[in-house]
Amino acid sequence: MSSDVIASQFGPQLVQGSQRSDADGGPELVQLLTPEGERVEHGSFSFGEGMSPDEEAALVRGFYRDMVLTRRIDVEATALQRHGELGIWAQLLGQEAAQIGSGRALRPQDFVFPTYREHGVAWCRGLDPLQLIGLFRGVDQGSWDPHEHNFGLYTIVIGAQTLHATGYAMGVQRDGSVGTGDPDRDAAVVAYFGDGASSQGDVNEAFIFAASYNAPVVFLCQNNQWAISEPIERQSRIPLYQRALGFGFPGVRVDGNDVLATYAVTQAALQRAREGQGPTFVEAYTYRMGAHTTTDDPTRYRLSSDLENWKLKDPIQRVKVYLTRNGLVDQQFLEAVDAEAEELGERLRAGCRSMPDPHILDVFDAVYAEQTPELADQRSSYADYLDSFEDAAAAASTGALENAEGSR
Amino acid sequence: MTKMTLAKALNAGLRRAMEDDAKVLIMGEDVGKLGGVFRITDGLQKDFGEDRVIDSPLAESGIIGTAVGLAIRGYRPVCEIQFDGFVYPAYDQIVSQVAKLHFRSQGKVRMPMVIRIPFGGGIGAVEHHSESPEAQFAHTPGLKVVVCSNPIDGYWMIQQAIAADDPVIFLEPKRQYHADKAEIDEAADSSAVYPLFASRVVRAGNELTLLAYGPMVKVCLASAEAAAGEGRSIEVIDLRTLSPLDMGLVLDSVRRTGRAVVAHEAHVNLGIGAELAARITEECFYSLEAPVLRVGGFDTPYPPARVEEEWLPDLDRVLDAVDRSLAF
Repeated sequence: MSSDVIASQFGPQLVQGSQRSDADGGPELVQLLTPEGERVEHGSFSFGEGMSPDEEAALVRGFYRDMVLTRRIDVEATALQRHGELGIWAQLLGQEAAQIGSGRALRPQDFVFPTYREHGVAWCRGLDPLQLIGLFRGVDQGSWDPHEHNFGLYTIVIGAQTLHATGYAMGVQRDGSVGTGDPDRDAAVVAYFGDGASSQGDVNEAFIFAASYNAPVVFLCQNNQWAISEPIERQSRIPLYQRALGFGFPGVRVDGNDVLATYAVTQAALQRAREGQGPTFVEAYTYRMGAHTTTDDPTRYRLSSDLENWKLKDPIQRVKVYLTRNGLVDQQFLEAVDAEAEELGERLRAGCRSMPDPHILDVFDAVYAEQTPELADQRSSYADYLDSFEDAAAAASTGALENAEGSR
Repeated sequence: MTKMTLAKALNAGLRRAMEDDAKVLIMGEDVGKLGGVFRITDGLQKDFGEDRVIDSPLAESGIIGTAVGLAIRGYRPVCEIQFDGFVYPAYDQIVSQVAKLHFRSQGKVRMPMVIRIPFGGGIGAVEHHSESPEAQFAHTPGLKVVVCSNPIDGYWMIQQAIAADDPVIFLEPKRQYHADKAEIDEAADSSAVYPLFASRVVRAGNELTLLAYGPMVKVCLASAEAAAGEGRSIEVIDLRTLSPLDMGLVLDSVRRTGRAVVAHEAHVNLGIGAELAARITEECFYSLEAPVLRVGGFDTPYPPARVEEEWLPDLDRVLDAVDRSLAF
């Protein structure tokens, strides 16, 4: 049988080329602000609807500030790792728009299930960046209260949190907090994950559960093109957003370096969820400009021209150009943001260095809601063991030990 | 008082838990209209609705992973894993998420989840339907693991497990589901019933302590009865909880009898019996008249059904171990 006949039976051959990490996202990419800082229209999504020009400008200035500060958190934490203050840091450099745009589209009652790189979303949810830094310093495993910020703990196991988000959304349904029309009640849930995670079974199971129950969840995939060293074409032969259709819900690819488009698309997807129309897949098409983490060396597996190409699409620069060119900011505002970033950096450096280490005996205390007798015994035995050194040291320092030995 | 099998008792216990707390949900494959492949959830969807008795897609990791989210939202999910051998697709969610969230969040996130697993062999099933994975879960900090062996315990323990604020792996001996009936006093004061994380002496004796749980309790009771016919006095303890282990009762017993034999269906290597032997040896060294002996499945995958009766420890193999201990 010729390949033509096979093609006619099974449809056209899929072209992998469109999935290469140096591609521009294709015609399906939703963009509202070009890399050159020009506002453009899109047939389905718009930014600023229902807002006065002043309100709109204030919102964009807020995005700019959020992104600058988020980048500063990232740069500062990376430097702290280099100085040996953090064990590791997962950089978000280049993904600021994807995170701030989606994070600012959330309402207080919405709930976020992040990976370990959602520092910008964490910022939007009101977490102190020092809480993120604590995790990477190794003093805790996430010290914030997920219920206080509606922001779950960072999840290291790739994709596991997408199921938690779906389950949480099933809970929202059961609480009757979907489709009531009350803007303060109806809630959506967001599962953040990456292109690499899209290959995980859990992510695919989350899609199936969410579709089956029509759960109010937004699957927000930051396709940053790289899963450590593996390019997107190793994960998928088709654009990721197109997978959603196979699961029975819509998918959309948005320019993840465009904070206006990411905001607009996420807001629409969240609203869909809150109204009870079910899950949406949002592929925020972006680029990991830094390394996977501070232990990674991207020069081993990707071309520097690739990075240079993406630097031209920097998410912060385009907003700055837009605001400046249209007279929506003055120099004073820009300087104030820079000064705020300096202050934040200083606070993070000092705060990180002065973070107290946990005590080894603390590890026993929160394994269970109801402590087990055997764990309580283990704790007290180890406390006695530690005390035995202190007793010996105290005895030595008072000379009691020598006296005791001398009296034998 | 109502006479019930273990299956009926679990069903009644689940029903009562759902009546007592509107946050209790049941999730799993075929748990709705069908009532579960063992009918443990029979009739519950009809009475509590599809939102509370949730037929899930066929994906175990999905069941447990979504239950995690439901628990974070304030629900108390009771997940049914259809058969022991099908729990492994959910293993990552159980071990890396369910077991650790309370610890990682320093108690800010609670996981009041029950994962019910029909376990053990003896029903003539095809492979993956007769396994005993309890040691894998008992080895995981953050989980609690309990096993019921009879209808009365089934009725109360499932309610206590659901009320617990920690994740509980709840193992049900599937070959006992329809085997025996017992009188259950449903009107009894639930706060006065035997505690969940406690072992129990189910037959008193003074020459040797037989430790068992789940399906092996019945076998060990029969073994003790047979031994009594030969004039030997065997104490039988139903462990009931594997994590935490309730060692107080066990150690008291072994200090009196000086001998211990542990019996379980799971393979012996690195099993619950190994942990019990180590702890008994550490705590009762000077009371022991014989080394702690273990009787269990062989260190092979579960065999084809036509030889399972030989593979599973039975009355004769338990008595053989008892004899060896007594002769030591």
